[in-house]
Parts: sequence; structure tokens; C-alpha cells
Amino acid sequence: MDIQLKINDIPLTVPAGMSILDAARTINIDIPTLCYLNLHEMRLNNHIASCRVCVVEVEGRRNLAPACSTPVFDGMVVKTDTQRAVLGRRTMVELLLSDHPKSCLTCPKNLDCDLQALAADLGVRNITYEGEESEFAIDKSSLAIIRDPNKCIRCRRCETMCNDVQTVGVYSAVGRGFETVVKTAFDLPLHDTSCTFCGQCVAVCPTGALMELDQVDKVWKALNDPTRYVVVETAPAVRVALGEGFGLEPGTIVTGKMVAALRRLGFDRVFDTEFGADVTIMEEATELIHRIEHGGRLPILTSCCPAWVKFFEHQFPDLLDIPSTCKSPHQMLGVLSKSYYAETYGIDPQKITVVSIMPCIAKKYEAARPELGQDPVTPDVDIVITTRELSRMLREAGIHFDHLKEEDFDHPLGESTGAAVVFGTTGGVIEAALRTAYEWLTGKPLENVEFEPLRGMDGIKEAVIPIGKRDFRIAVTHGLGNARTILEKIQSGESHYDAIEIMACPGGCIGGGGQPYHHGNLEILEARANAIYQEDRSKPLRKSHENPAVLKLYRDYIGEPYGEKAHRLLHTSFTKRPKI
Amino acid sequence: MCNNPLLKDPYQQLDDYIDSIPYKKENLILILHRAQEIFGYLPDKVQWHIAQKLDLPSAKIYGVVSFYSFFTMKPRGKHVANVCMGTACFVRGSEKLQKEVESQLGIKTGQTTEDQLFSLDSVRCIGACGLAPVMTVDGKVHGRLETTADIKQALAKYRPEGTPEEAKGSNSNI
Amino acid sequence: MKLKDTGELNELKGQSLALLKNRRISSPLTTLEALGKPRHIMVCGGTGCHASDSPEIAALLKEELNQRGLSDQVEVLQTGCFGFCEKGPILEIHPDNIMYVQVSTTDVADIVEEHFIQGKQVERLLYVDPSSEQRLASDFPFYHSQLRIALRNCSYIAPEDIREYIAADGYQALAKVLFNMSPASVIEEIKKSGLRGRGGGGFPTGVKWELTGQGEATQRYIICNADEGDPGAFMDRSILEGDPHSVLEAMLIAGSAIGATHGFIYIRAEYPLAIHRLEISINQAREYGLLGEKILGSDFSFDVDIKYGAGAFVCGEETALIHSIEGARGEPSVKPPFPAQEGLWGKPTCVNNVETFANIPPIILRGSDWFAGIGTEKSKGTKVFALAGKVNNVGLVEVPMGTTLRQIIFDIGGGIKNHKSFKAAQTGGPSGGCIPTKYLDTPIDYESLISIGSMMGSGGLIVMDDSDCMVNIAKFFLEFTVDESCGRCTACRVGTKRLHEILTKITEGKGTLDDLDSLEQLSKIIKDTSLCGLGQSAPNPILSTIEYFKDEYLAHIVDKSCPAGVCKSLVKYKITDKCKGCTLCTKHCPANCISGSVKEPHVIDEERCLKCGVCMEKCRFGAIVHH
Ligand SMILES: Cc1cc2nc3c(=O)[nH]c(=O)nc-3n(C[C@H](O)[C@H](O)[C@H](O)COP(=O)(O)O)c2cc1C
Ligand code: SF4
Ligand code: SF4
Ligand code: SF4
Ligand code: SF4
Ligand code: SF4
Ligand code: SF4
Ligand code: FES
Ligand code: FES
Ligand code: FES
Repeated sequence: MDIQLKINDIPLTVPAGMSILDAARTINIDIPTLCYLNLHEMRLNNHIASCRVCVVEVEGRRNLAPACSTPVFDGMVVKTDTQRAVLGRRTMVELLLSDHPKSCLTCPKNLDCDLQALAADLGVRNITYEGEESEFAIDKSSLAIIRDPNKCIRCRRCETMCNDVQTVGVYSAVGRGFETVVKTAFDLPLHDTSCTFCGQCVAVCPTGALMELDQVDKVWKALNDPTRYVVVETAPAVRVALGEGFGLEPGTIVTGKMVAALRRLGFDRVFDTEFGADVTIMEEATELIHRIEHGGRLPILTSCCPAWVKFFEHQFPDLLDIPSTCKSPHQMLGVLSKSYYAETYGIDPQKITVVSIMPCIAKKYEAARPELGQDPVTPDVDIVITTRELSRMLREAGIHFDHLKEEDFDHPLGESTGAAVVFGTTGGVIEAALRTAYEWLTGKPLENVEFEPLRGMDGIKEAVIPIGKRDFRIAVTHGLGNARTILEKIQSGESHYDAIEIMACPGGCIGGGGQPYHHGNLEILEARANAIYQEDRSKPLRKSHENPAVLKLYRDYIGEPYGEKAHRLLHTSFTKRPKI
Repeated sequence: MCNNPLLKDPYQQLDDYIDSIPYKKENLILILHRAQEIFGYLPDKVQWHIAQKLDLPSAKIYGVVSFYSFFTMKPRGKHVANVCMGTACFVRGSEKLQKEVESQLGIKTGQTTEDQLFSLDSVRCIGACGLAPVMTVDGKVHGRLETTADIKQALAKYRPEGTPEEAKGSNSNI
Repeated sequence: MKLKDTGELNELKGQSLALLKNRRISSPLTTLEALGKPRHIMVCGGTGCHASDSPEIAALLKEELNQRGLSDQVEVLQTGCFGFCEKGPILEIHPDNIMYVQVSTTDVADIVEEHFIQGKQVERLLYVDPSSEQRLASDFPFYHSQLRIALRNCSYIAPEDIREYIAADGYQALAKVLFNMSPASVIEEIKKSGLRGRGGGGFPTGVKWELTGQGEATQRYIICNADEGDPGAFMDRSILEGDPHSVLEAMLIAGSAIGATHGFIYIRAEYPLAIHRLEISINQAREYGLLGEKILGSDFSFDVDIKYGAGAFVCGEETALIHSIEGARGEPSVKPPFPAQEGLWGKPTCVNNVETFANIPPIILRGSDWFAGIGTEKSKGTKVFALAGKVNNVGLVEVPMGTTLRQIIFDIGGGIKNHKSFKAAQTGGPSGGCIPTKYLDTPIDYESLISIGSMMGSGGLIVMDDSDCMVNIAKFFLEFTVDESCGRCTACRVGTKRLHEILTKITEGKGTLDDLDSLEQLSKIIKDTSLCGLGQSAPNPILSTIEYFKDEYLAHIVDKSCPAGVCKSLVKYKITDKCKGCTLCTKHCPANCISGSVKEPHVIDEERCLKCGVCMEKCRFGAIVHH
């Protein structure tokens, strides 16, 4: 049913039940928001109406109405631009700032902060009502996320994200009144909670209260140390998002420029995590076939997402034996750099520093997991920085990104196939695995390599794929809440699958916690996904087992996929962890 | 092992209670009330235990416990004194009463004496406004506390016999 | 014993009437003749009297009567609040119609001896009317202008015995609703009565019922809001303590009218006595089949559970209350959706206040016209106030809407304590405002209170005299709201904190005229932008005191003085030439800052003075003043 209303004297017709905010946007009137966040595709709807920066005047109403959560009604008369409304909104920002460090200049969120932008837009020029400011300790316990509650505006987006979408439940509003703030259970350091470090809370936090652990300086240090041989690798999802940091359209593919930029920064070798992804497929497809042939436990679950790994370690410790034991692609590439590559080129692995550029915050934590290294002093990957950190680094180095000439990855760990590219988006890992498993199991070439039912933003995607005589029941899910739903069905025996791909971030790695902020616009994720598929299509080889460099690796160094050496270098194990 | 319910493992008592009620997550507040009765307060460990038992995130429990002023995460003294800070008591001098009780106990509101004998808190109107200003100790109302002596007398009932009163000062109006 | 139909209910009523036949005839609902024996001693079991040992008195009375062999002739019963808490503990003897006030445990023997054995009044325990200085045994002026509808049974029946309630027409309204009225006609009747919510908002109750009953729903709920958070109000608890069944009956009526089968009473955990009495009532009602399946043989099933608060004022707000029942933090959420659309567990839910419910059975029994005939044009019926503060008769009063503050404070309340002069009345608790002398004659109802910057609120009415500092009162309420703000929205979480900080500055003598402007401006914005009623009304105490007592603010800011002598930082103690040099003050001064030799005028060293005021209280010559 449609209703009619007037906003700033402009008549309009919109569906009943729409919010004033959305109605105003249909006629290009913007109303500021801070707490409100509706990411429909992610099933995230934070409409707690707490920040009050969206208040507008509604005729006949005693007080101002929050536009984000007030439904329109027939005959409604709304004014968004009266002095009363504007003053109300500005005062809300002033009040927020009165309990906020005024340290934008040194804040990691500087120029990317919603609160700061709002203060500028609303013309906040002084803080009329000054008073006591909260003082909280900054939580630097984790290897991935820094929490600075002093910058928290209590929008509760993180809480909604972690509770409703990810179902990890790390945060809750704690205390009451002025003291209220979002905290972990018992105010524990994040490191001691069940946090998966997926970084989705960081992705939606409008301020600098939640930030990734900044490791740029560690990279500079390694680059400036003449004794270090510094290798860099970049994940598929980075090349379709990095451009955003330099004003390019979302979905612009910047692989070549990125490689060039990394060389300018001084990396000794620029490798591609996609090589690791192709290796992952070799291992995982073999592992799947092995389980089928040897009556192993099914379904097999992908394990290339460290946040997902930590999730099941805490939440489903009884299912520890079903995920694939494969390391994630960047870890594989890291270990291969320090073994295969080092041995081939006669470099002391102790002198190699591997830096991963990832869309991901959890990978910072993953790289520090003690079992992910050949020995305690040789971690597979030394430093992980996110897409966002890389763009800061490039700006710091004064590199005019968009003017760079495209360059290619270094050999041999820079070779990859289309199968590896699609790792970057939801459904990609399974699609890549199927491309290989199909050919291995049937011995026939796979004509159509694109598995449409596994693509797209649906939370849980299912398909039955006939391969030879067997029907493969496949599920793809992204977002940890969806993962929980599936795992619970497996636990209860309600569902049976052969293989499931699970990615912690909604959309997969293209929506990773370390990507340029989407500021609530999910079309950006779609553009990135499309770019991924475009990149896949542009590759001459689209199946991992066709990657000549990978085949050479197995021939010359690893031997059999899923064999003894493969196990030592490319597989890992999991640990039971308590649920906090 | 032991049939005396008083000696039963407190966690077991709590679990038995939780098992006995029909809806669990929905009755979180009721369960917390019971837990506080059993343990005297709600330390992290008890909250965590409830979280595991109800399959709720600990953060959620912590958020709830920290919201309601009835729940305390610190152990309380043997006797809990509450000065009424309701409006009626306020206009009849509860601020002074509070200061005087604080000074007689040597603690601030919200604290517990070192000997763990008293905890001091405030409440808002207990419906005995006719007796304002009032204070309750362990639920028992003491009204018309207008002089230091009144207060001394009220508190003395809860001190073990023979303990010297910490109070000083004259028997004057407060 | 389950009552299977109305016949059985009426039969039980017939049997139970004997219990009440000796009671005073003041109940608006019964007209029983007071008849001979047995005699009843009704001992007030309300919180106030409870606090001053009424349970011990009752126990001692029983024991004494027993010893004297009178226990079969005189029965001791505990009731709810008589309203006249100032003079508690109170007891009333039926059918003699004699009230004793301020009884103590040591009076018990005399009461039994003199009253029951010698057959004469215990003169010293009678109430002395201050104006006539006469001893009165009943019919105190305190009760003259009152009309008890919601409190009709409080102090009249023994609340722990369902038969007494049934004898006092209890559950008759339910029977009428179940067998002689359609749900629509019940709602119509409530609408016509003009009853409005007594929890503060004044929303028409019938309309709320209608809205909750609308549309399709698999389940609906009734919630009784017994959170009573106003820090100076005790009406709801008194009703629950004195007449719990009236609330249960009303919830049943509401349930049958809107199609709900389950009800919850959300009550503060700080109300142990009310909880205890409710538990007893619910069990009794279940036992008699008045709660449960197929009530009185009808098709209607309904049950009630108690839910406990845990110390959060904001949980009185209906959406916060619902979240609290659901086991979450009691934070309010935006309306719409209103609870009537999406309430408890997402189902249509009707939330009503205790006092609202207590009015329902009489309206059903006596008809909407009767109820609508009481009160003012837009506010019908009566309102219960918890009268407290600097007034002679602290207590519970129920008066028709439209009664003036003067009538309540001076006629019923007996005027200001200690012969001081009236300064302001605070209604509506932390959401309300301070009403100055010029509005003493305003007939009070929902609208008139709002028009003079206050609120009906739940019924707290605190009287203040000239020794109360209005800036300090505003600060007191803001301290309360800062403490009780749920912390969800910016306006209230940070805004009220800032208001409190500015007020603190002013009371410390550090305020500026700009601060006064900021205070007013920020107050208005917070009212305009807060998420829930708590924040929206939190600035009221400030705005009303600025409006009516601006001179006091100015005195604090410009003259750096507190006219009432309350704000310590601003008070200066001075010894005037009335000083005889008796040295008494020097002995009491904790700071040892008074000097002067014997028989010489003394001087206070202002620098060291702690402003404790002891010297002024001790001086026998009135030589010490503060300003
Ligand atoms: C901060 C706040 C506190 C409230 N406290 C109470 C309360 O203690 N008791 C109550 O009945 N209503 C209280 N209310 C009003 C309720 O939200 C609700 O309107 C009321 O219970 C509805 O019942 P009624 O229509 O019968 O008045 C409060 C409202 C607010 C905003
Ligand atoms: S969080 Fe935003 S507003 Fe706050 S200091 Fe950082 S950039 Fe500035
Ligand atoms: S990183 Fe992920 S799991 Fe950890 S708190 Fe944030 S949203 Fe929750
Ligand atoms: S940490 Fe960030 S997302 Fe979470 S409540 Fe604070 S400002 Fe909002
Ligand atoms: S989905 Fe990708 S970006 Fe997100 S946590 Fe997992 S690996 Fe990291
Ligand atoms: S106005 Fe106050 S109590 Fe109400 S939601 Fe906002 S912060 Fe909470
Ligand atoms: S007010 Fe107190 S400190 Fe000051 S002079 Fe008098 S007794 Fe001494
Ligand atoms: S965006 Fe509407 S209240 Fe925060
Ligand atoms: S205000 Fe203290 S008992 Fe009511
Ligand atoms: S409590 Fe006894 S008269 Fe009010």
C-alpha cells in the first residue's frame, strides 16, 4: 500500500512502513545517520535509534522524530531542515564529542570517520556542553584488533554485527547511564574471548573505536633492513578493492598497478596468494577424494578462513575432525616461500620476511598461531597488513597509484589460474575445488566451469552437483551466523552434505574486515564480486590443477598432493577452545 | 554425598534450580536473582557458569548483570545498610543521614567495611516516607534517623557485642 | 476448592459475608450493618507501619488476647495501608470503629485491658486533631475529602484471605464480564468511563485495550506494571499489599476483553511484602479456579506469573519492562511499534499500571456513568497520591481528579510541618516539576499539571518548605536521572550528565549566567531528542524550577548565595551581636574555627569553616546566622 506525505514541502508517494530516512532519500534529501545501519543482504539491521543525529520535525508531534526508525504515515508532514531539527542534530554531535577524544589528527580513522565527517557537515564549531569524559583502557591484547572505547559512540553496530550476524556474542553494552559502553564479557581482553577476529565489527564501526592492529611500521622496518629478503603476497580480494582507496570506482581491477606499487615500495619479490590458492585446491580436492574413497567423515569443510577456524574451535569443539586440514592459501604461500623458493634460489629461509596483504583482519592473528610455521623461529608468514593499511602505506610513500604502469607478479609463486581468483568471493573455494575434483574423478574435461548456484549473496546456497556416478551435495555459506545454522543442522543429523564452503565475512573475502570501508553501501561488495568473476574469465587457465608452476612444484618438490611432505608443509591441526 | 541442602555445592544448587524452571533463557533475571541468593554476589565465574548452562554468550550475562543495580559483582558485607534517597527522605535530610552513616562506618556508599561487617548502599523510597529519613539494614527499616545517636543506635544492633563503635562526634543533630 | 460457576462464587460470597459484617461501613461498595461479635483488630500491615513494628504488635496482641482468654472473641488481622502512615502504626477495632495511632509494642497490654476488658477507649492512643486539639476515635479530617475507589479495600479487608475479597464483591466484575458482557462491550464500558492510565502517561485505558485486541495474533499478553520507580511514591505497592486480588481480577477482565491468556506482574524486587501477598493471592486464586483453565466454567483461561525487577527505574517504561521480562537489559526501544502491536515476545501486549487495574472492577460493577461522574472533564475518577515531604500528614490519599493542591496539602495533609511556610509541591517525580504557591488552587488533572510545567506521573507528591533549595532539588532529580538513564541514547546518556554538571557548578557558586542559558537550552533539546520518556521528561525539574524560582538560580549565580541555606559551598556562617559569649559553639565546632573569649562576641574563621551548621543549631541565643 502506498501513502502520501510531504517532506520539506515536496509531496511524495512511498510504500507504507518505509522510514522517513528512506522516504527522504527517494527525493534526494539526505538525513545524517550514525547508529543506523541496514545491511539487508547480511541480515544486519541496527535500528536501535541511539545516536539521535537523524532527528527531524514531524507536524503534530511533541518531540523530534528519529528519521531512521520512524515509519511514514499517510498525510505526514516532515521537515528535515528547520532550525529546531538542525540544532537538535548538531547538539547530538556536540554531546558525543563532549565525551570523545578530540584527537582526529592522530587517529587511525582520520578522514574515514563517520563522526568526524558529520561534525564537519553539521558545522560543529565548538563544544557548548563540556564536562567529564570517559576514561577507558585501550585494549591492545589481541594480535588483530585494537579497541579504544574512548572513541566509542555507543551506536552498538559492533554488538549487533557480532551477536546477530556472526553469532559470536563477544560484545554487549555494559553498565548504565553515562558509564554505558560496549565491552567484552567481564571486560576481558579481546584476546581471551571467543572473538574470531573476523573484523566485521571493525568494518561497521563508524569511528576509530575498533581498528585493525596497524603493522605498517613493521613492514617499513623489514623493507629498510638490508639483511632481510622481503617477499610480499596479495590475496585475490585485494586487487578488486585497493583502487577504492585511491578514488577509483568500486570493482576496478588494479592487479598490475598493485604489483608495480609493491615493487616501488621495495619488496624483493611480489608473489600472488593465488598461487597458494591453486595449491590449496590440489590439497583439498585430494583430501575430499581421499575421504570419499577411505570412508572418512563427511562433509568436508573448507578451512581457508581463519575466523571461521577460530569460530568452530570455540563454538563446535566436537566437530574438530571435519574441517579440511589444509592451511589457508597465504600460509601455504608463506611456507613455500621459505622452503621451496628459498631452497630453489639458495636463500636462507631465516632471512626471508613474508608479508601478506590481505582483505582480512583474522589473518593477522592466524599468522601468529604457533603451529603455523616450520619451527618456532620460522613462521610461515611474518607480517599481515590489510588492504586499508596498504593504501595508507602507498600514500605515505607518495606513490601516485593511478599513474603507475601495470606490471606482473614474480615467478614462480606468482602464477595462478582463474580458480584461484574466485577464492576471493563467497562460493569461490568450492567452485575451484569442483573444477578440479570433477576432472580428477571423471577423467573428463569440465566444459562449463561456472557454477551459478554457488554464486551470489544468499546466506546459504545449496546445490547437488553430479560428478560421475555420484551426486555431490554442496553447501556454501558466508557469515558465521549462517555457518552456525548449517553446523547445528549437521550436529542434529538434519542435513547431510559432502562439502561445505564457509567464509566468516558476509560476501566472502571481498567483504573482509580489512577492506576499504563500505560505509553501509553493499553495492560495493557486488561490484567487487563481479570484478572477481571478470578476472577469472580473463585468465587463460581456469583450473588449479592446470597451473604449470603448481604442477612443477609438486613434481620437483612436494611429491604427491596430500602426501607426506604436503602434510608437513601444507596441513595443520586445530585446537579446542572455551566458549566465553 | 551430603543431603543437607545448605552444604550442597552452590553450583549444584544453582543447576538444580535452573533445571527446575520451565523457560531458561527467558528467565535469566530470575536465575540471576537466585544465583545472587546462593553466592551472595555474582562474580565472573558464576556468570560464566550461567552462560554455559543457558548457552548464552557471557557478554550478554555481563551486560545484564551490570545493568541492574540490584546485582552486585563484589562480595557484600554481613549486613547491608541502605539509606533511602527517595524524594521524601531527601527533603527530610537523607543527604546528611547518608554522610553520617558513611562517617560512622568509615566507608562511602557502594563500599564494604574492611571487616566485611557492613556494606552501604542507597535505595529509592521504600514506602516508609512517613518515617523519613529512613535507612534499612538487612531489610529492616529504621526510621526518623535524625541524630548521630539515632544512627549509632540503629547500627549498634548489628555490631557484635563489645565492639567499640567507630563513631565519633557528639550526640548532635546531623 | 475450584469454583465451577457463578453460583458457587455467589455461594462462597454468601458464606464469607460473615467475615466482613463487623467492619466499618465506609467501603463504597458494601453497605453492611455493623453487628456485634466477634470483634476484629485490623492492624495496619502496610510498609510504613510494618517498618515501625506492626507485625510484632499484631503478634503480641494475639498472645495477650490468648492469655486473657479472649482469642475466640477478638480476632487480629493484618491489612494493607490505612493511608495515614504519618501516625503509624495504626490499628482499627471493629465494629467499635475506633482507631488507635502510633501504637507501640508496649501499648498492647493496655489495649487489651482497657479496650476489651474494661470496655473503654485507650485515650492516649487516639488521634489528636491539631486544629481542634480534640482526641478523635474515627472520622479524622485526613479522610474527609478523600474518595477511595482504587484503595477501596485497603485497610478494609485482610488481603491474605481471598474470602474477604470475595465478600467485598470480589470477582463479581469478572463474573459479569464473562457471562453478561461481550469483549467489545467491556472495552466500550472502559472507554466510556474515561479511565486513563495511572502509570504516568494518562493514555485512555479502553483505547489501549481496543488496540491490543485488534488484528490477528496467536497470543496476546497482559502486563501489570508494578515497577513503581518514582523515588517517593508508594501507591502501587500499597494496593498490592492491601488488595492484591483487585489487580488480579482486573487483569483477568483485561485478558478476557482483548483475548489474552497470560499475564505478568512486573514488580520491583525491593517490594518483598507486596511480592509475598501477591504470591499468596495467585495461589489462592488458582486454588479457587479463578486463575487457570475454564474460569468459573466459562471458555476463558488465564494465568498470571510474577516477574521481578532488579533495580532499574527505566524498567517502568513499558518497552524497557518488556525487554527486562525477556531477560535482557532493560533498555527502552523506539515506538512504534507500540507494545499493543508488538510487545512481549513480539506479541500484542497491554501494559497497565497497578492503580489503573485497581479501578477496573468497580467500573464494571457500578458502570461507566458512575465513574465518569467523578473528576474533571478530561480526567475521570480519582487519583491516589503518596503525600510526603514537609507535610504534617504523610500518607496515601485518594481524591477525585480536580481536587486542588491546597485541599490535598492543607486539608488532608494538615499543612506544613513545624509551622514553616509552603514553597513548592513536586509531582510526577523525576519526570515532573515543582509547583509554586500561585498554583495551589489549580484543580489537578493530567492536563492542568502539564500546563503548569509538571506531570501527574504516578502520584508522588512531595511538599517542600522554605528550607528547601530549589536548585538543589533540581540537582537531586538530575542525579537520579543520570543514575537511572539506561545509557542507550546520546541525548539522555550524555545530555543529562551535562545538565547535572552545570547544576553542580551553580550550587557550588561557580555558575555563570551563560550556564543558566545553556541549562535551559540543553534541557529543551534533550526533551526534544531523547528516545524514551525518561530522557524526554528528565529536564522538567530544571525547566519548572527555572520558570518559577529563577530568583533562586540568580542568587546562586550572581550573589553566590543559597537563600535556603542548603548549598554548602555558598553558605556562610556568621555570629551576630546577639552573641553572649557563652562559648557553647566553640565546644561543638569540629573545625575549631570559632574564637573569642568568654562573654565576648565570638567570630568564625570563614576559611576553615566546614559549614556543618552545628554551631547554629547549638547556639541558644540565635546569634549564629547563615546566608
Ligand atoms: C522512565 C519511565 C518510568 C516509568 N515508570 C513507570 C512505573 O514505575 N509504573 C508505571 O505504571 N508506569 C511507568 N511508566 C509508564 C509506562 O511506560 C506505561 O505507560 C504505563 O505502565 C502504562 O500503564 P497505564 O496506561 O495504566 O498508565 C514509566 C514511563 C517512563 C518513561
Ligand atoms: S574516531 Fe573519528 S572523531 Fe574520533 S578522534 Fe578518531 S577521527 Fe576523530
Ligand atoms: S572480530 Fe568478529 S567475532 Fe570478533 S568481536 Fe568483531 S565481529 Fe565479533
Ligand atoms: S565500538 Fe564502534 S561500532 Fe561498537 S558501539 Fe562503539 S562506536 Fe559503535
Ligand atoms: S572471509 Fe576472508 S576476509 Fe573474512 S575472515 Fe575469512 S579469510 Fe578473512
Ligand atoms: S532517554 Fe535515557 S533512558 Fe530513555 S533510552 Fe535514552 S538513554 Fe535510555
Ligand atoms: S558551621 Fe560548623 S565548622 Fe563552621 S563554625 Fe559552625 S560549627 Fe564550626
Ligand atoms: S541514525 Fe537514527 S538515531 Fe542514530
Ligand atoms: S522516600 Fe524514603 S521511604 Fe519514601
Ligand atoms: S502503612 Fe500503615 S497507615 Fe500507611
